[in-house]
Amino acid sequence: MKPIYFDNHATTQLDPRVLQAMLPYFTEMFGNAASRNHAYGWEAEEAVEKSRGQIASLIGANSKEIVFTSGATESNNLAIKGVAEMYAEKGNHIITAATEHKAVLDTCKHLEKKGCRVTYLPVMGDGRIDMEMLQSAITDKTILISIMYANNEIGVLQPIAEIGKLAKERGVLFHTDAVQAVGKVPVNVISDNIDLMSITAHKMYGPKGVGALYVRRKGPRVQLTAQLDGGGHERGMRSGTLNVPGIVGLGEACAIAKAEMAEESKRLSGMRDRLRAKFEAALDEVFINGSMEHRLPHNLNMSFAYVEGESLLMGINDIAVSSGSACTSATLEPSYVLKALGLGDDMAHTSIRFGLGRFNTDAEVDYVADKLISVVIKLRELSPLYEMVKEGIDLSKVQWTAH
Amino acid sequence: MAYSDKVLDHYNHPRNVGSMDKSDSAVGTGMVGAPECGDVMKLQIKVNPLTGIIDDAKFKTFGCGSAIASSSLATEWLKGKTVDEALTIKNTDIVNELALPPVKIHCSVLAEDAIKAAISDYKIKQGADVAALAQAH
Repeated sequence: MKPIYFDNHATTQLDPRVLQAMLPYFTEMFGNAASRNHAYGWEAEEAVEKSRGQIASLIGANSKEIVFTSGATESNNLAIKGVAEMYAEKGNHIITAATEHKAVLDTCKHLEKKGCRVTYLPVMGDGRIDMEMLQSAITDKTILISIMYANNEIGVLQPIAEIGKLAKERGVLFHTDAVQAVGKVPVNVISDNIDLMSITAHKMYGPKGVGALYVRRKGPRVQLTAQLDGGGHERGMRSGTLNVPGIVGLGEACAIAKAEMAEESKRLSGMRDRLRAKFEAALDEVFINGSMEHRLPHNLNMSFAYVEGESLLMGINDIAVSSGSACTSATLEPSYVLKALGLGDDMAHTSIRFGLGRFNTDAEVDYVADKLISVVIKLRELSPLYEMVKEGIDLSKVQWTAH
Repeated sequence: MAYSDKVLDHYNHPRNVGSMDKSDSAVGTGMVGAPECGDVMKLQIKVNPLTGIIDDAKFKTFGCGSAIASSSLATEWLKGKTVDEALTIKNTDIVNELALPPVKIHCSVLAEDAIKAAISDYKIKQGADVAALAQAH
């Protein structure tokens, strides 16, 4: 039997309805959307334009403001590098946050090498940025603020509308990486004053390898320097033959999300709250990471103190979740997001991220809660730290032999 | 990451989990690692004063499955050995027995350190006892 999937921040299962919409575009409707002189091209273009409309409708945009890409990494690269190059004469300063995805952070680091100045805002203990700090970070050289809508590890929502308002007042462009938020919570580029927004299909029950960048056309009209040279597709901002089946899938995923979001988010937050309540009822010394008030409905990130994350995952190998433990990461460093909240490495090592999704059931929530609780109890019996704490020893006063 | 059958076996059925009285002069306690590093091992031995043989060994470990398995295996190997024999246990023996991958070698190093720390604690206690005895005379 395959593990229960509770890792919906990593990726989501393709919705069968999305697959059905995509299938004809792999076979009989295989045309190139840029072919202007025959029916194959026309039907492909029609499908692409329909998708553009579906995406725009979900986020309150105009369909002409949607640029298709290969996914959010490309969208983030295009938005940030594209602005930095296009507005180089106006300034060279970018503001972002310490808890951003690597696709934003590493893009910013790349630009630093090219002469840009980047401010990485710290976050408060709840995972949100401090608006006053943002305000004072803006200079007359600032051209872009890039702050994510919702974090991929802790699900914390940033004060997007406030950031958008501030950016507009100060004449700075505002980009948001919204891959975790779009389709999950209401997002509106007009009311939030967003100028650029990255979207990906596979986090919202669509296919991998396709995404979009929202680029505002009015008030202000945002311009970007293209990062790929070629046929000048997508109003010259992103060359390359369009991935028509993928684009159809992204559009369909947006249409489904729009129709079902209200009900789905209520159902998922109910399941999430029940999962949390079960942990808190059965276990002592468990801690929520990040704000519960400003959070995606389907995210839970908890530290199970004195139990190391990888050993916990090993005990629940019939459940797919992620840990902030160093042992589970490629870099062997504990989660930089959790550290940015002020969590010590010891607590980051004990964290588990649960990402609920459309295809999870109540029965799965019960199973995951019971299983995890039993493994935490077992591992705490093995944990010298838990034993010491129960004896009343303050672990912060112990002389450890770091290795 | 795929775990070896032996690591899984020790993780699922850890041997000799528990704690012994730290103040007992026959008990040596070693605690190595740090919570910030994601590994803390506590390993204890109880030595028979007449034979000098390790009668009992216990562990508790905070760490990944390989760290738990390394310390569980160490307690198995310690029992029945003299203190001097116990000092010959090398981390590479643990690596080979558990088929640990390179990224988990530090778990075996930690287990070897824990063995040495427990024996050192035991020896210091014995020395202290001798000193106390000498003083009493």
